[in-house]
Amino acid sequence: MKYIDEYRSKTLAKNILNQINLISYQPVNLMEVCGTHTVSIFRNGLRKILPLHINLISGPGCPVCVTPVRYIDEIIAFSRKKEFIVTTFGDMLRVPGSTSSLEKEKAKGADIRMVYSPLDALKIAQNNPEKKIIFAGVGFETTIPTIASTILKADKEKIKNFFVLSMGKLIPPAMKSLLESKEIKINGFLCPGHVSTIIGSKPYQSIASQYHVPCVISGFEPVDILQSIYLLLQQLKNNQAEVIIQYSRAVKPEGNEIALSKMKEVFITVDSDWRGIGNIPQSGLEINDNFFRFNARALESDIEIEETLEFKNCRCGEVLKGIITPLQCPLFKKICTPENPLGACMVSSEGSCSAYYKYN
Amino acid sequence: MKEEKILLSHGSGGRLSHDLIKKLFLPNFVNDKLSKLDDGAILKTPGTKLAYSTDSYTVDPLFFPGGNIGLLAVYGTVNDLAMCGAKPLYLSCSLIIEEGFPLSDLEEIVLSMKKACSIARVDIVTGDTKVVNRGNADKIFINTSGIGVVKRGVNTSGSNAQVGDLIILNGPIGNHGIAILSAREGLNFETTIQSDLAPLNGLVNEILKYSSDIHVLRDPTRGGLATTLNEIAQSSRVEVEIEEEKIPLEEEVRAACELLGYDPLYLANEGKLVTFVSPHVAPILLEEMRKNEYGINSKIIGKVVKKSEGLVYLRTSIGGKRVVDMLTGEQLPRIC
Ligand code: SF4
Repeated sequence: MKYIDEYRSKTLAKNILNQINLISYQPVNLMEVCGTHTVSIFRNGLRKILPLHINLISGPGCPVCVTPVRYIDEIIAFSRKKEFIVTTFGDMLRVPGSTSSLEKEKAKGADIRMVYSPLDALKIAQNNPEKKIIFAGVGFETTIPTIASTILKADKEKIKNFFVLSMGKLIPPAMKSLLESKEIKINGFLCPGHVSTIIGSKPYQSIASQYHVPCVISGFEPVDILQSIYLLLQQLKNNQAEVIIQYSRAVKPEGNEIALSKMKEVFITVDSDWRGIGNIPQSGLEINDNFFRFNARALESDIEIEETLEFKNCRCGEVLKGIITPLQCPLFKKICTPENPLGACMVSSEGSCSAYYKYN
Repeated sequence: MKEEKILLSHGSGGRLSHDLIKKLFLPNFVNDKLSKLDDGAILKTPGTKLAYSTDSYTVDPLFFPGGNIGLLAVYGTVNDLAMCGAKPLYLSCSLIIEEGFPLSDLEEIVLSMKKACSIARVDIVTGDTKVVNRGNADKIFINTSGIGVVKRGVNTSGSNAQVGDLIILNGPIGNHGIAILSAREGLNFETTIQSDLAPLNGLVNEILKYSSDIHVLRDPTRGGLATTLNEIAQSSRVEVEIEEEKIPLEEEVRAACELLGYDPLYLANEGKLVTFVSPHVAPILLEEMRKNEYGINSKIIGKVVKKSEGLVYLRTSIGGKRVVDMLTGEQLPRIC
């Protein structure tokens, strides 16, 4: 994996910075859609070396952050019943629900297990035939294919006690919704690298053409990001709006066809709620009728979901839409910290508030 | 403490663990030896200074590339004593074993401990075994405590960093953290990365030949280099600056970090140490350290810049600068 070095080279970074300085003099708002980019920008101190008029805005691309309170409550409700084992990615444990969190329920004795992959959850199901195993299926296009494969595997192996509470989300509809809402001016998108390895470049085409906003699919190393910023600025200068793949060592225009077909086989597209943002049409994934027996929502008559209490003062919604930076949230660092997170953006390692807290 | 229950994060070595120590343990067990919060306590007895340290070991999985819980239990405490500037001598060993644990695994662990003791030149001189009902412990927990003799003239402490000190690290970071992860189920990545688990008392012995210029010795285990540097900066009330380019990191560890979205600065190590030393001894000390098998890749990674509230900064390889905070909670693989 020697190749990574060249994407961290100081000389290369300097050269690109010079080029950026040559073509850019007007204020621009560039949104990095994905949380991994936000973290990389901080980790490498990129904001500090870019010209001031280039405003990098963090977008909604952290699956834990956009998971609505109601969904957390649903999962918590499952965990409170003895017949269920709840399995989840670790980041979800500390996300606040209406009155509790999975971490707190776990300390009270609920059987909640952190897994690295839905396949682990399936294994837990096989080892605990007397229990029903709920997997908290959050994620974007990056994670969803693995969830789909797991459901297909469960189907093939006739496993009857494995269920997914799907909260799959799609990135391109969220980007469109941000542009539609006109709450913030976005001049260009740094499109997520990992998501794009699955979906390819086509889904961004309509964003570029309909809204005339250039898109560059970027890798995660500092030189990747600088180069992608340059490619956006160049397009803006030439009044172009195209989709360019900078991260070509991992992303093909057609994406990963096998992964896409598995997603299609198991899920259908539905309208979906995003924490702090609201309902975005056709932006979510639900298990389709063919695989309904794996849908945890079929078991909801067994549980009691508490009344949703949104924490009004948390401004995650505006943070996720890039309207404010976490620094503008009055609770940031004062009351809301990674140890005592009030919003999901402070919990997830890829969340904007947590990144600002850690690195700023 | 707002939470009513102990959460896993309280044991992660990050900020919540520190809160627990500062708000519950320190005020109740108040004494000047504990309050230093070093890797072990220094006890003055007539004629000698003793170092005394303890640690409990739980690791999942018990056997991992480059080691197992037995080696860890011996080397971990040996290293804690070494970081006090002591020559480790005697260990105690308590085992808490879950009913049903395979005897062959226990034998393998004990044989590893025997080997580790002979390499580190320590003896296990007292011990205890408890077996608990199935489900009341996760396979096996090991506690070891150790006693060592502090060499004359040694005065290292996490609160002893001086402005101008250079910071030396003895090799690449993050191998232990990644080795453990790679051995866990479910994380689908193949790697040949081995834990860096090693006894550091020999290397420390070399370093302490310059004892009057050695101000701090610490092993960045849980919480990684970032957390250890923050602890030192806070105890010594200084500002530390490190350079990303200078921090040794193996390609494979870096690649795994990229894949998982991890920051290597927060990954656990079990065979690494950082030492803060007067600038004039740094070059010669570096040379000496590189002669030891666990110091071949030693490097100067940064310096103490000034007096301050206790902050750590990183100069990034492409010329940016950022704060390095303590670890809060566990690092988790990215899911986006
Ligand atoms: S700082 Fe906390 S309260 Fe404010 S927006 Fe972020 S998560 Fe919400």
